[in-house]
Amino acid sequence: MIPIARHSVLRAARTQLYPTRTLSQSALARLLSTLAVLEQRDGKLQSSSLSAIAAAQKLGGSVTAFLAGSGVKATSAAEAAKIKGIEKVLAVENDAYEKGLPENYAPLLVENIKKGEFTHIVAGHSAFGKSLLPRVAALLDVQQISDITGIESEDTFVRPIYAGNAILTVQSTDNIKVITVRGTAFQGVETEGGSAEIADGADPNAPASTEWVSEELAKSERPDLATATRVVSGGRGLKSKEEFDRIMLPLADSLGAAIGASRAAVDSGFADNSLQVGQTGKNVAPQLYLCAGISGAIQHLAGMKDSKVIAAINKDPEAPIFQVADVGLVGDLFEKVPEFTEKVKSA
Amino acid sequence: MSGLRILVPVKRVIDYAILKVVPLRRGIPRNVQPADMHSQQKIKPRINKAQTGVETAGVKHSLNPFDELSIEEAVRLRERKGPIKVEDILALSAGGPKTPDVLRTAMAMGADRAFHIDVPEKGDGGPEPLTIAKMLRAVVEKENVNLVLLGKQAIDGDQGQTGQMLAGLLGWPQATQASKVEVKDDAGTVEITHEVDGGVETLRAKLPMVITTDLRLNEPRYASLPNIMKAKKKPLEKKTLADLGVEDTRRLKTLRVTEPPPRKGGGKVEDVDGLISKLKELGAL
Repeated sequence: MIPIARHSVLRAARTQLYPTRTLSQSALARLLSTLAVLEQRDGKLQSSSLSAIAAAQKLGGSVTAFLAGSGVKATSAAEAAKIKGIEKVLAVENDAYEKGLPENYAPLLVENIKKGEFTHIVAGHSAFGKSLLPRVAALLDVQQISDITGIESEDTFVRPIYAGNAILTVQSTDNIKVITVRGTAFQGVETEGGSAEIADGADPNAPASTEWVSEELAKSERPDLATATRVVSGGRGLKSKEEFDRIMLPLADSLGAAIGASRAAVDSGFADNSLQVGQTGKNVAPQLYLCAGISGAIQHLAGMKDSKVIAAINKDPEAPIFQVADVGLVGDLFEKVPEFTEKVKSA
Repeated sequence: MSGLRILVPVKRVIDYAILKVVPLRRGIPRNVQPADMHSQQKIKPRINKAQTGVETAGVKHSLNPFDELSIEEAVRLRERKGPIKVEDILALSAGGPKTPDVLRTAMAMGADRAFHIDVPEKGDGGPEPLTIAKMLRAVVEKENVNLVLLGKQAIDGDQGQTGQMLAGLLGWPQATQASKVEVKDDAGTVEITHEVDGGVETLRAKLPMVITTDLRLNEPRYASLPNIMKAKKKPLEKKTLADLGVEDTRRLKTLRVTEPPPRKGGGKVEDVDGLISKLKELGAL
């Protein structure tokens, strides 16, 4: 008898609660209007753009995408317009914004934010977003919320602090929420099936006080580190750049994986800076993170501990990495990694 | 341009040896004796009982590592004797009664003088980046600063905002995550190579400007004993936020601070075959 009574009490409570809940949700959806700031390079959307959209969609209200650069309407804006759930794409075609320099891009955004009366501004926590959004926030007199990993409500967000050793939940009292999002925490955008209208954004033509001179990007045929489903990562234990390349490149090839590195490996010149995984490098959360010769400092763990499966090869059985690895192999990486590579290849 | 007047804002944070185990380039983490290293591995920031923040009482603090880089760079700009002479290096920090410790370190490394902006410790993590940026703007204007060198982020809050916000408020050019800074001519042209996703990018701008530093920029020096002694005589001025016309209003309310979900190691395997079969079992291969 008691269970039935409980059941009906619960149901009664639910029917009382439900109408108010739907009401407040739809009211929220009407008020909430998010601008997702997309990152493009040579007319192609970058992966940080998709995480910005994923977070914007999670917020619940209408989502407008924003793009600026050389001839973006036919390229990245058209690509964005196909993403499901985007209501409108604001595009500003002007070569001055192609390199995403914050000095003129920030005033451009502020103009569009004010004109569109957006309540939430979201960008990926990539080099582009990290450099641009705080400047935008300051111009709007708003305290930004960086690198969020969760959304609890329209004004409450979750973010890691102290290299991921603590999780902070904050509530913003600002009228406009300016947010950067951690790519690995926001995924799952449908890139087909949408048909958003592409409209001209406002262009204040703010002068650029910085001049872009040149860039040097590490060229790679391998998957992008931040979004790869498999990552192999090497540390100080690799001993030299030659050994790093000799051991890690075939391993990556055998798994179709992106290559990462610890700070120690980057500092010692074994691998390029852009491959660094950790608190001050990239955050990754692949299906498989296989690391060799990495002890597992907290700063490194900060960048990879959300990986689905972590595997470690290290000769020190006491290495902290074994405390988080789903599977660990104690042994000399110079023997074990090539053996693993061979066996995976022939399997 | 007459001379470089550099402002270097620094922050006192929980020592990174607590956060970091792998030694730096130099071999052994700064301020950590080899004997300590093993015990340090087990120390982690502890969350307080009220879940409002991280326990800071009795925990070793030091200069935020990125800020060490910015002081070092300021001092190197002076030593390099570039086209513009460095006239003044002003270190600044906002915080409670122990803040002068890090300012003395900054002066021992080569800063000429320091401002301690006295902000009572309320256990709320200190003023937010926007407040700090407004405070810095006031100092820049009063002290006629033409270059601000900041760390790219503080390793406690991990926000990475202050430099960009300051540049925005001042309307100055900014270069974040710099790995190379070069003053090109006496007209104040500066070329900065900085870290971006996938590589590096080089930018050119005219002073005044704001630069934030990345780990690759330089290797900070140790403060020698004579320099530590000399630093004690360098001027350290105490000011308040009110002196600078800034109010410490918080825009973000901390609801709670919690432990991240723990991750348990899955144990070890004997050989490569064991590794492969376990990965297959876990669906990763």
